[in-house]
Amino acid sequence: MKRIAEPALLAAALVLPFVLGATGNEFYVGVATRILIFALAATALNFIVGYGGMVAFGHAAFFGLGAYTVAILMNHGITAAWLTWPAAAAVAAVASLGVGLISLRTRGVYFIMITLAFAQMLFYLVVSLKAYGGDDGLPLASRSALPALDLADDLHFYFAVVALLAAALALFARIDAARFGRALAGIRQNETRMEALGYPVFRLKLACFVIGGAVAGLAGALMANQTGLASPNLLYWTQSGMLLVMVILGGVGSRYGGLLGALVLLGLEEWLAAITEHSALWVGVALLLVASFAPRGIAGLLAGRRNG
Amino acid sequence: MLQLFLEQALNGLQFGLMLFLLAAGLTLVFGIMDMINLSHGSLYMGGAYLAAAAVERTGSFALGVLGAVAGMIVVGALLERLVLRRFYQRDHLAQVLATFALILIANETVRIVWGPQPVMLNAPEALSGPVEVFGFSYPAYRLLIIGVGLGVAALLYVLVAKTRVGMWVRAGAANREMTEAMGVNVPRLFTAIFALGAALCAVAGALLGPLLAVQVGMGENILILAFVVIVIGGIGSIRGALVGALLVGGVDTLGRALLPTLLRSLASNEVASNLGPALASILIYALMAAVLFWKPQGLFPARA
Amino acid sequence: MADLLALDGLAKHFGGIRATDGVTLDVRAGELHALIGPNGAGKTTLIHLVSGALAADEGSVRFDGDDVTRLTMHERAGRGLVRSYQITSIFPHLTALENLRLAVQSRRQDWGSSFRFWQPAARDAAMTEEAAALLAEVDLAGRGTAQAADLAHGEQRCLELGMALATKPRLLLLDEPLAGMGREESERMAALIAGLKGRVTVLLVEHDMDIVFRLADRISVLVAGRIVATGTPDAIRDDPHVRRAYLGDEIVPIDRTLPPVRAQRPCGLPLHGEGRRGDGT
Repeated sequence: MKRIAEPALLAAALVLPFVLGATGNEFYVGVATRILIFALAATALNFIVGYGGMVAFGHAAFFGLGAYTVAILMNHGITAAWLTWPAAAAVAAVASLGVGLISLRTRGVYFIMITLAFAQMLFYLVVSLKAYGGDDGLPLASRSALPALDLADDLHFYFAVVALLAAALALFARIDAARFGRALAGIRQNETRMEALGYPVFRLKLACFVIGGAVAGLAGALMANQTGLASPNLLYWTQSGMLLVMVILGGVGSRYGGLLGALVLLGLEEWLAAITEHSALWVGVALLLVASFAPRGIAGLLAGRRNG
Repeated sequence: MLQLFLEQALNGLQFGLMLFLLAAGLTLVFGIMDMINLSHGSLYMGGAYLAAAAVERTGSFALGVLGAVAGMIVVGALLERLVLRRFYQRDHLAQVLATFALILIANETVRIVWGPQPVMLNAPEALSGPVEVFGFSYPAYRLLIIGVGLGVAALLYVLVAKTRVGMWVRAGAANREMTEAMGVNVPRLFTAIFALGAALCAVAGALLGPLLAVQVGMGENILILAFVVIVIGGIGSIRGALVGALLVGGVDTLGRALLPTLLRSLASNEVASNLGPALASILIYALMAAVLFWKPQGLFPARA
Repeated sequence: MADLLALDGLAKHFGGIRATDGVTLDVRAGELHALIGPNGAGKTTLIHLVSGALAADEGSVRFDGDDVTRLTMHERAGRGLVRSYQITSIFPHLTALENLRLAVQSRRQDWGSSFRFWQPAARDAAMTEEAAALLAEVDLAGRGTAQAADLAHGEQRCLELGMALATKPRLLLLDEPLAGMGREESERMAALIAGLKGRVTVLLVEHDMDIVFRLADRISVLVAGRIVATGTPDAIRDDPHVRRAYLGDEIVPIDRTLPPVRAQRPCGLPLHGEGRRGDGT
């Protein structure tokens, strides 16, 4: 599926807004953008959970920190995307370095709880920043500024997001095939053996955690641009839960797990919301069905159909 | 000053005991079935809503609580038998997915039945006033909560430490395979454990309803505190859940009450009012991180 | 020959039990030294002490002249003191070749760090070549693309050995490599181990007396945490202390007509009674 579908996927993504425009559904370009931004965050988390084998439950914190970085910088007059977006990734990277240094000394459910705890701490910290909006969050005066594009135009912004998502997916695929990715594969399958072989396992896992955090920070920067607001809710634990759900839904450790999960979860939400007032109920039911009958997520279903 | 401290200490005890009710069920499920159940908070929410409905129907608070308990026992048992049972053998990620889905379903179901607005649940008339305690006034209702909380804790202790069923539960927490090998009807035991957890949640939900808002999503906020409690206390240990809950309840309540005052004497007003509440909330998580640092398995690890 | 490994008065107790009770033992460079003993003699504990998995309570471990008693397992592995596992510990969802390549990649001193993010590892030609060579050496050529989890038990043990060899060990601790193997698989593994002689120093713990006596240069006998005898296979066979300690236990009558195990590829493997004696090995 992957070899044929990759260019097709990209082509579909590039053509989509024009199709939507032609059918009078320009509004949905914004919806698609939002979905792809979450896909980026979920892909970053998939790198940590699926490739690194670390079940992290506090990923939304790095997502939210990225958003706040952009919003705060803009608040102080810095709007250039080529400055603020990397800054968002950097801030998220530093935060995940700190969290990772402490959390990665634990295992299993304790690791889950500690990452969750750190995310909550960051949430409360952000809420306490009255100067930057506190509970209500910090609005952005405008979209970030990129030289060639006018990001205030939803269409341009959409393409910027598609480009970044495609680049991230390609980068993660590349990393997976490289020595680092192979070492990660060894760690998630048999960590003790990797230790015995002399690999610097802690540092490798930490690097994986930081990379995932940094990309989530970038996604946060994009989200702040998309909604025009950096909200503390972006850091709340249920947001982390949702990201994790996307990864599991899409297929943990599969190349497009994050993208598939975001597409299906948010797409389902959108579609159902148009039909019924109680979309959340049916989304829950759908998730429950997937959990019960598709243990390897959507990617697993698709792969299975190809093999069987 | 002392009065303020005592009052807050009692509040902390009250909150801690209610947290214990939630944590006890959660730690058993996690410890024995090795199951991450994110929907545990929804049982608490269900208890609060059922209590509100029952009180409105009967006019009696006591009946309200009993109705909530009865209702949630049924819901809990059904949930375990029909849905959760399938996930005991699955990995934690699958459990996260499934129980997160249950949260969505539960929240939406409540919204369908009761609407999106918070629902009124009032403390019983007789207890709406203050009572003299330790030489100062304290709300009677909160004293009731403390009383019920202590009573349930004692009952739970007797159940777990002194009865045969309790022994099975403790055995299951320590070593599931052995318990099965010894001929205990494990599936029925699991349903019972889950139903018990649901009942405890119902009591907590019904009692806390008048103090906190009865609204959709109320489970999520308290659930994460319950997880912190059981991690501190040690997964699978009821004693740990009690100690952890009292610690968390105490630190949280006292922190919120005293930290802003403390900070104000150290730093400027503005900093204090900004940082105070944040620090109080962060304190619990810092406490958990600290406990895990010294005792990675929690204070009273149940697993052999 | 110099002592590559020297244990001096090594002791370890658990509560009141002295699992290792003053072990003094030396392993010469290039030899294949076997450690045998009845069940419960403390062989596993001793291997743990040598590899660094357990810290000794008394005594010392010297490796190539250096005192490594306080070093961790990874530190000892970094110096070339490597252990292979009794319970197969491989990477189940990688191919056999990838398993070996990952083991080869661990040698930072030869290949540089694993923090490379761009170049596909498969294109690391030299690394892949070495992995392929190891694959052939442990007689798994042709099974390179199989998932490790799909390999037969005996093949997995060969892979296990290959991974240990990939780290270019100077002293290899083999902890019951033949455990759970049938006759044919055991012969195959024994041939592999024999092929290591002279290149890698080996300390072998094994229950299969037959193969031990055919493979080893020297044998030490561990009983109740102490070494009761060390010597050539012939000397041990005839030692009265050893016979007494093993009475009724594990020593089986050794068929002296069997040839010593020769390093062979399995297609040329000598079968019982059909040995090819050429150069007297």
